[in-house]
Amino acid sequence: MYDDTEISREIANRFNIERRDFLKFCAAMAATMGLPKGAEAEIVQAITVKERPSVIWLHFQECTGCTESMLRAEHPTIEKLILEIISLDYHETLFAAAGHQVEAAREAAMKRNWGKYVLVVEGAIPVKDNGIYCKVGGKTALDLVKECAEGAAAVIAIGSCASWGGMPSTPPNPTGATGVPEILAPKPVVTIPGCPPNPYNFLSTVVHFLTFGALPAVDDKGRPKFAYSRLIHENCERRAHFDAGRFAMEFGDDGHRKGYCLYKLGCKGPETYANCPAILFNDAGSGSWPVGTGHPCIGCSEKHIGFEKPIHALADLQNQRPPVGYPRVVEDQGAGASIGAIATVAVVGGLAIGAGSKLVGNLGKGENGPDSSKQG
Amino acid sequence: MTFTRRNFLRAAAGGTAAAAACATLAPSPAQARDNKPIPEHAVGLLYDSTLCIGCKACMSACKEANNLPLEDNIGEKLWDTPLELSGYTYNVIKIYQNGTMEHKDKAVNGFAHIKRSCLHCGDPSCVSACPVSAMTKDPVTGVVGYNKDACIGCRYCVAACPFGVPQFQYDTPVPQIAKCQLCRHRMAEGKYAACAEHCPTGATIFGTYAALSAEIERRKAMTPGEPNLFPRRTPESGDTHERASAEYVDHVYGQKELGGTQMRYLSGVPFDKFALPVDLPERSYAANSETLQHTLYGGMVLPGVALAGLVAAAWRGSKDHDDDDGHNGGHNHG
Amino acid sequence: MVNHPIPSEVARGLRKPKAGHAAIGGGLWSPFTLVLGALIAIAMFFLAQRFIHGLGAVTNINNGYPWGIWVVWDVVIATGFACGGYAMALVTYILNKGEYHHLVRPALTASLFGYSLGGLSVLIDLGRYWNFWHILWPGYAQPGSVMFEVAACISLYIVVLWIEFSPAFLEHLRQRNLKAKLNKVMFVFIGLGVLLPTMHQSSLGSLLVVFGYQIHPLWQTPLLPLLFLLTAVCMGFAIVILEATLAAVGFKRDIHEELPLLSKIGKIIMGILVAYLMIRIGDLVVRGAIFQVFSSGIKSVMFLVEMAAFAYPVAVLSSPANRRRLSKLLAAALSMLTGAVLYRIDAFLVAYDTGPGWHYFPSAPEIMVTIGVIALEVLAYIVFVRKFPILPGHSTTAAAE
Repeated sequence: MYDDTEISREIANRFNIERRDFLKFCAAMAATMGLPKGAEAEIVQAITVKERPSVIWLHFQECTGCTESMLRAEHPTIEKLILEIISLDYHETLFAAAGHQVEAAREAAMKRNWGKYVLVVEGAIPVKDNGIYCKVGGKTALDLVKECAEGAAAVIAIGSCASWGGMPSTPPNPTGATGVPEILAPKPVVTIPGCPPNPYNFLSTVVHFLTFGALPAVDDKGRPKFAYSRLIHENCERRAHFDAGRFAMEFGDDGHRKGYCLYKLGCKGPETYANCPAILFNDAGSGSWPVGTGHPCIGCSEKHIGFEKPIHALADLQNQRPPVGYPRVVEDQGAGASIGAIATVAVVGGLAIGAGSKLVGNLGKGENGPDSSKQG
Repeated sequence: MTFTRRNFLRAAAGGTAAAAACATLAPSPAQARDNKPIPEHAVGLLYDSTLCIGCKACMSACKEANNLPLEDNIGEKLWDTPLELSGYTYNVIKIYQNGTMEHKDKAVNGFAHIKRSCLHCGDPSCVSACPVSAMTKDPVTGVVGYNKDACIGCRYCVAACPFGVPQFQYDTPVPQIAKCQLCRHRMAEGKYAACAEHCPTGATIFGTYAALSAEIERRKAMTPGEPNLFPRRTPESGDTHERASAEYVDHVYGQKELGGTQMRYLSGVPFDKFALPVDLPERSYAANSETLQHTLYGGMVLPGVALAGLVAAAWRGSKDHDDDDGHNGGHNHG
Repeated sequence: MVNHPIPSEVARGLRKPKAGHAAIGGGLWSPFTLVLGALIAIAMFFLAQRFIHGLGAVTNINNGYPWGIWVVWDVVIATGFACGGYAMALVTYILNKGEYHHLVRPALTASLFGYSLGGLSVLIDLGRYWNFWHILWPGYAQPGSVMFEVAACISLYIVVLWIEFSPAFLEHLRQRNLKAKLNKVMFVFIGLGVLLPTMHQSSLGSLLVVFGYQIHPLWQTPLLPLLFLLTAVCMGFAIVILEATLAAVGFKRDIHEELPLLSKIGKIIMGILVAYLMIRIGDLVVRGAIFQVFSSGIKSVMFLVEMAAFAYPVAVLSSPANRRRLSKLLAAALSMLTGAVLYRIDAFLVAYDTGPGWHYFPSAPEIMVTIGVIALEVLAYIVFVRKFPILPGHSTTAAAE
């Protein structure tokens, strides 16, 4: 058990925020990760007591949307909190310095924290033609990621690009854009796909690592299960419309205005694993996610769905549920007689009966004719 | 020995009369096979139509537990929409509708749900019919199981089942029979029927035959309209909810029909409304069929006697006609 | 009843058989056989569909009617048609009426193909046909099942038929010693060749007992095995008349020597049918089902047509004069066969009702496969009687068609 007043003083000093806001943040983190009651206490402990881990954040083939998304995290003002919770030792977007200076800083940080730093990668890594399509400071992205991953305690790929190639890997993928797990295999890589992903998925993962010294449970693609183990289809607020067969057919039509299911407009919810409908985006209240605003999910977090399958192509259902509606106790089944079948039977039957009668008749004629007085 | 036509016809008539007498007297007490009893440690299901809300979680769970594909009868391939049990559907919830459908569990101007799946008969017709032991009844649990590796796909079980349960897959060159097997493949892990596990109202519960019988008695003793506790998943799970008892029809479907079944039904609506066969005899059809077979062929006694007589007659005949086989190929005779 | 005198030439033939059997020779190609060939080819096409895509791709069978005409015609009815060998063995070798003996081989030939193709038809209809051997394998075989007994008996009977038929091959191959040795033990196979069909033809009826209420009371009875057996024996005799007539007409042979025998067979048919009708109607009365004869819709119509087809031969064959006329014998035989066909179709399909909502009528491809199997049997029969000594060998003219 820790001393409450100690905490609040420390927090006020270190982070320049209210203790209440800090505790709210820890509770929100715990809730996002689906941790049991009381876990927020451990998070508080970890954040206030443990040493800030070093984070090296690499950028490759990316739009920086993931960083931007992270910067929009709000509870509380995240740039202060996160930049104080972790020691961000390399970040191309946020650093003031540039050029050889900042590369040197990176190498020094890596050396200083060898085996203990967290490597975050944003963006895909081109592999075609020895990776010349993305170079930073004269080194290819391919070389850089391998070099930096060597001393990392954990590797997190943020965003679809880093997770599996993302938008740059859209067929025909001229640069050979590839995700981090494939490059670093068999080293385990946590992936936080999404375009951009909800920042709290990333933050929760980092805080989990900080708190428990281990990464959260992940699936076969390295995605944290607390965020990516369920289909969007299973948590969507419009699911009842799907089950009842109520669909928007065109943008702006009656069904669209009533908020009906967007499946027929190409929503990839049924084949996309993410928690968007549960935690939404931008802390702007209900409906602040693509489907909620009336646009079908494009499956941005799923390889071969996002940026490959056309936005308005229909999704394949990963599992099926019965709809609203029931079969009756008696349903008509089975094929009755078709015209062809009846005709065949009629022809065959007719031939048989005809032949039989003719034969009988011919024999009868033969009997009545020449030998009418047969004795046998 | 010569037979005149008269004698032959007399013999034929006499023989057939004797055979007819035998056949009609065949299920005599000494030879008749009784119904197979429900095993002592049998497990089964109780489905209470008055508790069923038609959510179809059981259909979902069954498809998942048995890895079954979506079945589309609407043409949209968006939902699982079986009309009936089929080669890919082991469990289906159907609806009875009448008039305005205002009242649940009422036959007139009402509606009710019925779960169709294998009844796991005490003396199954399918087990008796199957020529290659692909349909078997577990001697301990009484679960009627299917083994596709033994099956020849003759569909005798499909035709024989009085409840229309086993389904054949006509749309594939490597077909098999499909039917509920009470999730026996999960029992080793300590799990039980997925339908019972997922039912949110306890309309379907899984348990030992004895425990379910006790539960049936408890429900029959309830006063309609009175609040009572109903268990979910299993009778002894402790996971109960309270609601007003419905009015049951005074019949437990599957209690006596054809020797009893391990899945039994309670309902507020007469069972014939659900297109279930009613007024079934207590003696199972398997008992009838096997009694007939045993009478005629038991121990191969009658066939043995008949064969002896026939061979003797043929031998005698061959001696009478025994002549040269020499020229011109001769005759062919015995 | 007066024994009518056996014509002297036949009597002489009995005492001292001169001509045995002879292949009738002649060309295999004719418009008729070409048509048969075409029908077989069509059936092969649809069978390929069945094996590539499954039974549902060709047939209309469904889970309300899992057995269609491939079971009911190709197996149940066709093996009934194939009871000629059984019927002739019964009178010739068991009841020792030697005068029938040269009708045995042609009947046996029809039986051979009827049963062999019936067995083949089973394999076509089985969904998991690659496991077919399970039905005869201890460890799988389930003796309580009626179908097990039917399958075991039919399998064994097919072997017995080929053994019973082999003297014809041996004659053709001029293996006299081998034939003599075989003939010495043939009586065992003859005994089996009468027992086995008795068992399985009756059991084809017993198959329906387990269906219980699903078979309409006009057909469901514990006497099913007896009724099926009587009609099967009768079918055997009727087929002999039909086959003898067709052989005479088709291959332009003289029927006169055989006519007296066929007359006797006609009388046997009449006797059996009288017994059958008495038992059938008596059974309906005893079970109280007689009241449903006129109140069962389409089932009533089919029942009455079926009974009429059985009653007509009794009426025709009750007159001795009719029994001496081939045309009447043939008419009676055809009617009897029609009745037996209808009885089986009615019992298995018309009377079968598993619940409301289900329908079945065979599809055209399904029917074409059945027709193809029939065509194959007829073609095989024609080939065999032309090549092997099967038909009674007293014809002087080799038939040309």
